[in-house]
Amino acid sequence: MIALHMPLSEEAIRALHLGDSVLLSGVMITARDAAHKWMIDTYIRRTRPPSGDDEQTYAALRDLLRGAAIYHCGPVVAGLQTKQYVFKAAGPTTSIREEPYQGEVMRHFGVRAVIGKGGMGARTLAACREIPGVYLHAIGGAATLIAETVKSVQGVLKLEFGVPEAMWVIEVADFPAVVTMDSHGQSLHTEIEKASRGELDKLLAA
Amino acid sequence: MQDLTEHFVELIRRTSTDLPDDVRRALSKALDREASGSAARGALESILQNVELARQKISPICQDTGTPIFFVRYPAGWSSRALREQIRAAVARATESAYLRPNAVDSLSGKNSGTNLGDEAFPSLHFEEVEGDTLTVDLLLKGGGCENVGAQYSLPDDRLGADRDLQGVRRAVLDAVHQAQGLGCAPGVLGVSIGGDRGTSYALSKQQLLRRLDDTNLNPDLARMEAQLTQEANRLGVGPMGFGGATTVLGVKMTSQHRLPASYFVTVSYMCWADRRRRLTVRGDTQTIE
Repeated sequence: MIALHMPLSEEAIRALHLGDSVLLSGVMITARDAAHKWMIDTYIRRTRPPSGDDEQTYAALRDLLRGAAIYHCGPVVAGLQTKQYVFKAAGPTTSIREEPYQGEVMRHFGVRAVIGKGGMGARTLAACREIPGVYLHAIGGAATLIAETVKSVQGVLKLEFGVPEAMWVIEVADFPAVVTMDSHGQSLHTEIEKASRGELDKLLAA
Repeated sequence: MQDLTEHFVELIRRTSTDLPDDVRRALSKALDREASGSAARGALESILQNVELARQKISPICQDTGTPIFFVRYPAGWSSRALREQIRAAVARATESAYLRPNAVDSLSGKNSGTNLGDEAFPSLHFEEVEGDTLTVDLLLKGGGCENVGAQYSLPDDRLGADRDLQGVRRAVLDAVHQAQGLGCAPGVLGVSIGGDRGTSYALSKQQLLRRLDDTNLNPDLARMEAQLTQEANRLGVGPMGFGGATTVLGVKMTSQHRLPASYFVTVSYMCWADRRRRLTVRGDTQTIE
């Protein structure tokens, strides 16, 4: 087990390799489909002008995301009425949906770790190499166990996206994950896809 | 007619927080098959810890509590309209209690209703009037990750060399498992439907997911194919979470229905390892959840 603390340094990221188990601590942000599209449209590709609280949200994100992690997660949150938010269940969602955006978001904000499930593609892998960054695979469905590592909910951005899609600012301690894409150009997902393709071809040839 | 709203809330709570015993057993067996120290074993250890913790804390096993899919079989004398209203009320209450995540999103505006109540299709309700005097309500909570890797094939399929027979079905199912990799939260359960039209084929493939993992198909040909496909899918080596390993699927459940001469569909619904299904049975004044 390797302990990682956010903000993450370049050295800490370069030292990580495929298959390493890590325990992540510090402040990170959940962001999934709506959040990534908003960041891209409003501030990266700038296809729509900022409106509402966009500018404040963006300023907050610039500070929060530098060297930190984006977590692909749409949590179950209790305390919505009282705003005393508690994460009840918070496993990862499928990451590949953010492949069109992730590399650009990582470069723009200086994000060093992306946490999710299922892995990502070539563009994200290239960004991991360059920044440098890593993709950390959390255990899909282990939602109550992971929620236990969320020590506090510090705030929420863009709650109007809905509870699953909002950006939750959370402090975690010993959040467990496995490095499945590293900053050296390696992806476990590519390896497994290839090996299983070989097995499938053998089964279908029989 | 009884008001079953309370019991529907309890059905949802149990389904979301307490994994059925046959699924837990299958996951434990899968753990024994993985090498110590491997990422696959680590994943299954976390999964089993999480299942236990969720039950103790009465907290959702997975944050994606999915589309609530209800299959209602009601005897004469019950009103399906009243049952629909009670189920919808229970879904909203279970959402307030954080047994369910608010998941109903308007496809055009992108707005989340916040209650899990959308239009007619959300939650998903299937009604069938049955003989006898027993009401049964099956609930499946099916998350988006595994729903997205479901697949439908129209045979013959040249790319797969799949003809219109059970061997062709086999090729399609193995291809679907390979395509899914770990994205459906492997090790999963496959519901497979052969025949029908595109719509009925998907519906029937999901109903297969209501079966216990340890049951045996009454059709001997399908029973053999279920066993063979489970073993072959596991040879692909995708493994828990797609980390590589010995268990890619926990089981395969198949059925067939009549089709048009021109069509031969094979539909695969993928259920994640968090195979959340429960049944409420109402006989007279007695209600049981299993």
